[in-house]
Amino acid sequence: MTTLTAKDKQTVKAFWAKVSGKSEDIGADAVARMLVVYPQTKIYFSHWPDQSPNSPAARKHGITVMMGVGDAVTKIDDLKEGLKELSQLHAFTLRVDPGNFKILSHNILVVMAVMFPTDFTPEVHVSLDKFLAAVSLALAEKYR
Amino acid sequence: MPENSVSADLQTGSDKMVEWTDFERDTIKDIFSMIEYDVVGPAALTRCLVVYPWTQRYFGGFGNLYNAAAIKGNPMVSKHGTTIMHGLDRAVKNLDDIENTYTELSVLHSEKLHVDPDNFKLLADCLTIVVAAQLGKKFTGEVQAAFQKFLAVVVSSLGRQYH
Repeated sequence: MTTLTAKDKQTVKAFWAKVSGKSEDIGADAVARMLVVYPQTKIYFSHWPDQSPNSPAARKHGITVMMGVGDAVTKIDDLKEGLKELSQLHAFTLRVDPGNFKILSHNILVVMAVMFPTDFTPEVHVSLDKFLAAVSLALAEKYR
Repeated sequence: MPENSVSADLQTGSDKMVEWTDFERDTIKDIFSMIEYDVVGPAALTRCLVVYPWTQRYFGGFGNLYNAAAIKGNPMVSKHGTTIMHGLDRAVKNLDDIENTYTELSVLHSEKLHVDPDNFKLLADCLTIVVAAQLGKKFTGEVQAAFQKFLAVVVSSLGRQYH
C-alpha cells in the first residue's frame, strides 16, 4: 500500500510546489486541529506552558512538522534512507506512538481540503495519502 | 486498513446513550443545513472509490468505474452518494437514538450488501474531507471534532448488527 508509483511522486511534487508557500499555515492548522479533535495527542506536549491549539508553541511545532514534510518530498525516492535521522529522533527521543502519525496525516489532508478545495482533487488526495503513509512508515522504521 | 484512516473508534454499549453538548447538536444540524446533499454525497462517494479503490467491490453493477473521471461522471455513483446523505439525515434528525434508527440499515449492510464495516470509516473520512472543502474556514477544529464524533456514532451504529 505504500509503494509510490511514478504518477504518485509526480502528483505529490506538483501539488507541493503549489502549496508549499503556505506550508507554515498548513502545519499550524494541522497541529491545532489534531490537539482539538484528538485531545489524547496533547500528552506529547505536556512540557508546553500553553497547550492550547493556537499557542505560539503549537504554531512553531506545526511549522517544524511541515518543514519535515517538505523535506520528505525532496527525498521521495528513498524515504527510508532520507528520513533515517528523523526516525531515530522519533524512536529514541520522542517515542511518539506511530498511531499518531496517521492522526496528524489525516489532519494535514483536512487542511489541504480547507485551503485548496479546487486543487485537492480525489487524484491528488490518493497520492498525498499514500505519500504521508510512506513518510509515517519511514518515521517508524527505527522503532524496534 | 489503510494507514491514514482515523475516524474515531466509539464503543457505545446498548444501554449507554451518546451525550451531545449543545454546541455539538447545533454544529451538526448547521453543517447539514449548509451542504447540498446532491453535491456532497456524490463527491464523497467518488472520493472514496478513488482514494480507496477496493471499495469498488460493492459497486460491480455500477458500470464504468475505470478511472477517476469515469467515477466522477457515473450517474449511479451520483445517485447513490445522494442516497447516503439522506441516510445520514435520518441520524441528524434522531441524534439521541442513532443506534435504533439504524438497526435496519445495519442489517441491510451486513446481510444483504455484505459491506466490511471498516469501509464505513473510509467513507466517513472522505465525507469529512469533502465537507471541509465545502465549508472552508467555517470548518474549524471544534466543528471538525463535532462532525467526526457524529460520524463515529453513525459508523458504530451501522456496524452493530453484524454477527
